[in-house]
Amino acid sequence: MINPTIMRNTLLFALLISLINVNSLFAVAGGSEEGGQINTKEEINEYIQHHLQDSHDFTFWTNGKTGSHIGFHLPVILWSDGLHVFSSGKFDYGHEVAESNGKYFTLYHGKVYETNADGEINLDEEGHATNAKPLDISITKNVVGMLLTSLLMFLGFISLAKGYNKRSIPKGIGRILEPLVIYVRDEIARPNIGSKYEKFIPYLLTVFFYIWILNLLGLTPLGFNVTGNIAVTVGLALITFFVTQFSGNKDYWKHIFWMPGVPIPMKIILMPIEVLGMFTKPFALLIRLFANITAGHVVVMSLIALIITMRSQFGIVASSSISFGLAFFITLIELLVAFLQAYIFTMLSALFIGMAVEEHH
Amino acid sequence: MEQLINDFSPGLFFMQLFIFLVLLLLLSKFAWKPILNSLKAREGSIADALQSAENAKEEMAKLQADNQKLLQEARQERDKLLKEATDIANKIKEEAKSDAAKQADRMISDAKNAIEVEKNAALKEVTTKVAELSLEIAEKLIRKNLSDDKAQKALAEDFMKDLKLN
Amino acid sequence: MYNLIGAGLIVIGAGIGLGQIGGKAMEGIARQPEASGKIQTAMIIIGALLEGLAFGALILAG
Repeated sequence: MINPTIMRNTLLFALLISLINVNSLFAVAGGSEEGGQINTKEEINEYIQHHLQDSHDFTFWTNGKTGSHIGFHLPVILWSDGLHVFSSGKFDYGHEVAESNGKYFTLYHGKVYETNADGEINLDEEGHATNAKPLDISITKNVVGMLLTSLLMFLGFISLAKGYNKRSIPKGIGRILEPLVIYVRDEIARPNIGSKYEKFIPYLLTVFFYIWILNLLGLTPLGFNVTGNIAVTVGLALITFFVTQFSGNKDYWKHIFWMPGVPIPMKIILMPIEVLGMFTKPFALLIRLFANITAGHVVVMSLIALIITMRSQFGIVASSSISFGLAFFITLIELLVAFLQAYIFTMLSALFIGMAVEEHH
Repeated sequence: MEQLINDFSPGLFFMQLFIFLVLLLLLSKFAWKPILNSLKAREGSIADALQSAENAKEEMAKLQADNQKLLQEARQERDKLLKEATDIANKIKEEAKSDAAKQADRMISDAKNAIEVEKNAALKEVTTKVAELSLEIAEKLIRKNLSDDKAQKALAEDFMKDLKLN
Repeated sequence: MYNLIGAGLIVIGAGIGLGQIGGKAMEGIARQPEASGKIQTAMIIIGALLEGLAFGALILAG
């Protein structure tokens, strides 16, 4: 069933990714005893938490010896009684208070807060900052990831579309993309939506490739965690929600508010359940994607961190080998999960849309 | 849950919605539409090609059947012709044979007739000759033995007897 | 502490559920190998629904 060549290529790909991943964490893990390096479990946790969050800087790695970061700063765009645009270099990775148009901003745990000239942060008893948050529409790392994905998709599919003008069978990258497009159309859209699938297929195709490429980007050592960010998955699920509701026909609404074929008391009981179901479906969609990708990242990073946590017991060679073996194995599974989550999101979106446009007789 | 709500970034949410919708719009217009149309057109043409191949196959089969029929007919025709030819040949042979036989019969009968005629003529001649001879003999006898009437008569009768026998 | 116990219970429940789904799907495929594609799709959908439920509960617990 699975082509051996594809299998071998997948294995090689996973090997490469885990190799680079281990390397990039090595850069973080290694180094001297003082300054920036990560040694304890708390620090590892902190590091993983930091990775899971969005960032205003694009950091490739951090020099453990000097604590300096290698990467580049991204533009910060804030809305707080007016537009504020400046480079995130002004924050100096959260060490400095940035001033723009008479307002002061600072980074606290990766988030921008309004503050005073001294960079004061007020915390409540649970440790959350109570300072005012400006609307942060910066080009953050995740936005860069999304733009990169959009660019890749745009270039890939435009070239596929252009290719059809010259010949009916695509060449190059189109040979990979075309079967995927046909797969989404024939295996996801058509069986789940039925005869009206053509109206929804652009959305399904876009969302499938968007999630899949972002998931795969998350596996590269660039350190994107876009689909593991709750704001992104909320956005995606919300679109599915609106598409479903706006394409719902009379039968769909009737099934929600006045279920046919059951006695009247049942209709009254079913109504709030069905209304709740309207919202839980996309909610499950967004939680599933977010949790799967986040969990994947946590597991991969924790396994890589075994190099550090097991070094004292097993020595550097043994701990590295164990960590590498496990990380390699999990990366393989993550490759599958990356596809599976994109597939499931698209599939369930198609299923919900199909339920909304279905004709009852 | 609380952590998640705290981590939720409205800015990123709007950026994501904006980027995704723009991407959806652009791709729908410039990629999905032409791709899906081309795919459909290609599938249509493949289906058409398959259909026409099927048609051609049927046509072929029909032609082949026609050929077979024609061949069969030709064969029958040939058989018929052959049979007719043999029949005619046989008839001709038969006729020739019968003609020959008739000819032969006629010739035989002609011959017989001729023989008969000749024989009759010969006989006639013989009888004439005999009669002449007889007459001569009779003359001679008459001249020789006119005296003995009885003997003359017996002699003549003797001659006659001999003649009859002939 | 309590939410960790809750998370454990959720994982146990989800594990049993996923095991049932997977096991029955395997049985179905073994019985009717020609329907394996359809069974797989249905299995993944139901698994995904269960997963969504479990993750939702886990997030409420955590």
